[in-house]
Amino acid sequence: MPARVVTLQIDGRDVTARDDQMLIEVARESDIRIPKLCYVSGLSSYGGCRMCLVEVEGTSKLLAACTTAVTEGMQVRTVTPRLTEYRRMILEMLFAERNHVCSVCVSNGHCDMQWLAQHLGIDHIRFPYVYPNLPVDASHDRFVLDQNRCILCTRCVRVCQEIEGAHTWDVMGRGAQSLVITDLAQPWGESESCTSCGKCVQVCPTGALSEKGRSVAEMSKRREFLPYLTMMRGETGNE
Amino acid sequence: MLAEELKNIAVHEREAKAAVGACVNVCGAAGCQSLQSDALAKALVEAAAAQGYGPESCVVRKVGCLGLCGAGPLVSVEPAGIIYQRVQPSDAPDIVNALQGPPVKRINLDSKLPFFARQQRIVLENSGRIDPERLEDYIAADGYLALTTVLSEMTPSDVIAEIEKSGLRGRGGAGYPTGLKWGTVAKAIGSPKMVVCNADEGDPGAFMDRAVLESDPHRVLEGMAIAAYAVGASEGYIYVRAEYPLAVARLKTAIRLAERQELLGNGICGTQFNFRIAIRLGAGAFVCGEETALMASIEGKRGTPRPRPPYPAESGLWGHPTLINNVETFANIAPIIRRGGAWFAGIGTERSKGTKVFALAGRITNTGLIEVPMGITLRDIVFEIGGGVPEGRHLKAVQTGGPSGGCIPESFLDTPVDYETLTKLGSIMGSGGMIVMDETSSMVDVARYFMEFCMTESCGKCIPCRAGTAQMYNLLGRFVDRTATRADLAQLEQLCDLVRNTSLCGLGQSAPNPVSSTLRYFRPEYEATFATEGGE
Amino acid sequence: MFAYLQKCEPPSNDKRWKIIAATMRKLGNERQALIEALHSYQQAFGYLDKPGLTYIAASLKIPLSQVYGAATFYNHFTMKPQGEHACVVCTGTACYIKGAADLLKSIFNAEGVKPGETTPDGRLSILTARCFGACGLAPVVVVDGDVVGRITTDVLEQRLRKVLGHAG
Repeated sequence: MPARVVTLQIDGRDVTARDDQMLIEVARESDIRIPKLCYVSGLSSYGGCRMCLVEVEGTSKLLAACTTAVTEGMQVRTVTPRLTEYRRMILEMLFAERNHVCSVCVSNGHCDMQWLAQHLGIDHIRFPYVYPNLPVDASHDRFVLDQNRCILCTRCVRVCQEIEGAHTWDVMGRGAQSLVITDLAQPWGESESCTSCGKCVQVCPTGALSEKGRSVAEMSKRREFLPYLTMMRGETGNE
Repeated sequence: MLAEELKNIAVHEREAKAAVGACVNVCGAAGCQSLQSDALAKALVEAAAAQGYGPESCVVRKVGCLGLCGAGPLVSVEPAGIIYQRVQPSDAPDIVNALQGPPVKRINLDSKLPFFARQQRIVLENSGRIDPERLEDYIAADGYLALTTVLSEMTPSDVIAEIEKSGLRGRGGAGYPTGLKWGTVAKAIGSPKMVVCNADEGDPGAFMDRAVLESDPHRVLEGMAIAAYAVGASEGYIYVRAEYPLAVARLKTAIRLAERQELLGNGICGTQFNFRIAIRLGAGAFVCGEETALMASIEGKRGTPRPRPPYPAESGLWGHPTLINNVETFANIAPIIRRGGAWFAGIGTERSKGTKVFALAGRITNTGLIEVPMGITLRDIVFEIGGGVPEGRHLKAVQTGGPSGGCIPESFLDTPVDYETLTKLGSIMGSGGMIVMDETSSMVDVARYFMEFCMTESCGKCIPCRAGTAQMYNLLGRFVDRTATRADLAQLEQLCDLVRNTSLCGLGQSAPNPVSSTLRYFRPEYEATFATEGGE
Repeated sequence: MFAYLQKCEPPSNDKRWKIIAATMRKLGNERQALIEALHSYQQAFGYLDKPGLTYIAASLKIPLSQVYGAATFYNHFTMKPQGEHACVVCTGTACYIKGAADLLKSIFNAEGVKPGETTPDGRLSILTARCFGACGLAPVVVVDGDVVGRITTDVLEQRLRKVLGHAG
């Protein structure tokens, strides 16, 4: 079925879009930035971080903007006191879940999570820190994986599967014990399937994946390639 | 098999059964089997032979669940209608000896007990009456009659209309109208379509589906086949827990027998209708009871849920339109077709029709499986049917709905049981587990028990469920250790609200229920654990 | 880079691999056979290990990380060799209410092992299960496949002694 054009309202502004577009993309086209962590333009939606939850008129449930398609007449609010409070709490729990000390992190100043925390005005964490002692894998020639900084957003898993086609990454275990792994949870450097393309490092929102030799705050990431790659492949990109 | 042949088998079976003098039924469901009911059956066969009974005068059969699992192993004698409890192999000669006379007193169980008399059996109508490993037994009990009727006399839309008329709602917990679901899948574009039976009974304390599958597996197959005809599906899957080996074995036998008689497979009952059923084993993940996670698991992946829409009805297994119902829902289908939607709608309450199977367990005299009409009060279930709390203790709360449900205090026991009232009380109907607690149970402990369950069963995909259940579990630990403060209580309530409203799937959204329901009814128990007076 | 895909050979000559190959073949050697293959693998060998998982991944043409991810997602599968005897304590709600924790405590006192552990001599593994659905007989323990209902700490200790062949 060809896509139809619909009109909707986001934060009081009238917007037109195709009905096969996701709310989060439509909002961005109108320069309305909905907070996000697991979503990244050019990859499939995951719906795990719940940062992009929005209120939609007529439904009591909060909907994730990355997995909700726009519909005619939809009225969306992306910022309300309730949403901000939920986003803060979720982000605080994420900070408490593993070790996210910005001052010693390679991604300090270039981290999606840090940026979001500043944006939401988080100045302290109300939850006790769990501080699990997780491994750091530096076996790869060029890259490092620090599980302590991983937020399990699966961007690395998706980019490796969907764009590079190697499917080196996946998630093992479940719940809070989940970890991202390469191949059979072996050291990354020994992975048979890894092509060392580095896309996982570039899409990682935190300091969990970084290039070797980077010191504190030196790891800025390049993600511009992603939407273009999807577009050039002729797939229905979200752009 | 054609309708005519089916009828012949039924008549022949019934005649054969009537010709036998007495029929001794031994429960062969998992509960009684674990109490050595196999050895008991053997002892009964030997005793019958020893006392001169031949196959024409006494038959010993292994049947499905007789219900009162707590008093197992159970034996029933037909046509006399006698039930024996806690039977040992050494009792066998006496039981056989009593076939011609009064029952053996020391093990006799009064079949007029409210436990039996107050039940109304639709789903369990054959349970404990037929041999689940014999197709003929099921056919003699009008089995597959509904399927042949549907195939010869009804259009798919007639079938859906009948199910809609019955008012049947999903028995897996959420209570979505079954007819509506079937209608959506029937209208969905795409082929092939799939029918999935959710037998991943993951709620701890629930064993309704296990009993149905072990006692009357053909009923579920028939319900699935009728559903497949109604929605236009040709492939079916039963996703069943690996922890239920007996149920799996009986399902396999049932599928094989039904295929041999062309009641499943290609050209069912001589028509053009094809429907195959395959079994898929679960592997110990509660979240796989959630339909999108269940489908991921059947596809061979990690059982993580995905956002809906798209709903399985539009895009389910491998992207095909998929109908997912639970075991008990499918088990209701054949009787509705046989006796009419109007008959079914005449049972139960305004918005919850029919009966519900509950698994009674915990601090209750009669533990076991019961089926009662919707609208019966919790008090009748616990005190009349369940025989109340043993050892002179007092009832404190009834837990329904497992880790997604809540604790209902004694003061609300007169509430009629239906989907809406239980939700209003802060619990849910759930799949039917009902755990009775007395004053020795600490509600804070119970809340922490369920939170630990949700925490370890969280798939980890969304942050509120993954991190929120862990934070709540730790907080509840402070209450158990008596080091909590009033601020902890406030944070606990905040987290309940957050996890309920922001989690991706039903597991997370309902995970706070055991905490919020105990907070609602037993708040003083939480406050009594504050480290200091007032918890400041 | 995908060398493992070419060597679609069982890790050893063990005949049990034939059962697993048959399970996969029956489901068309397709991705959907993964969970069934893991079940049949664990049933045959008692636990899963990396060479076996590589073989399954190669046979079904699934990425290694996806196989490992699925194998570790489900409680039922274990990557640790199990003891000669297994004692599974049900920790479902009914068993919890009726004292499953006491049973685990008594096992720990008698044998010194916690759930998920195996005795140092490799004779006994202690496991927990979410629910066997035998709640009417709570508390329930499964010793080497035999379900024992309405069990007490004394009976359990006796039973374990018997299974392990300890005197007295």
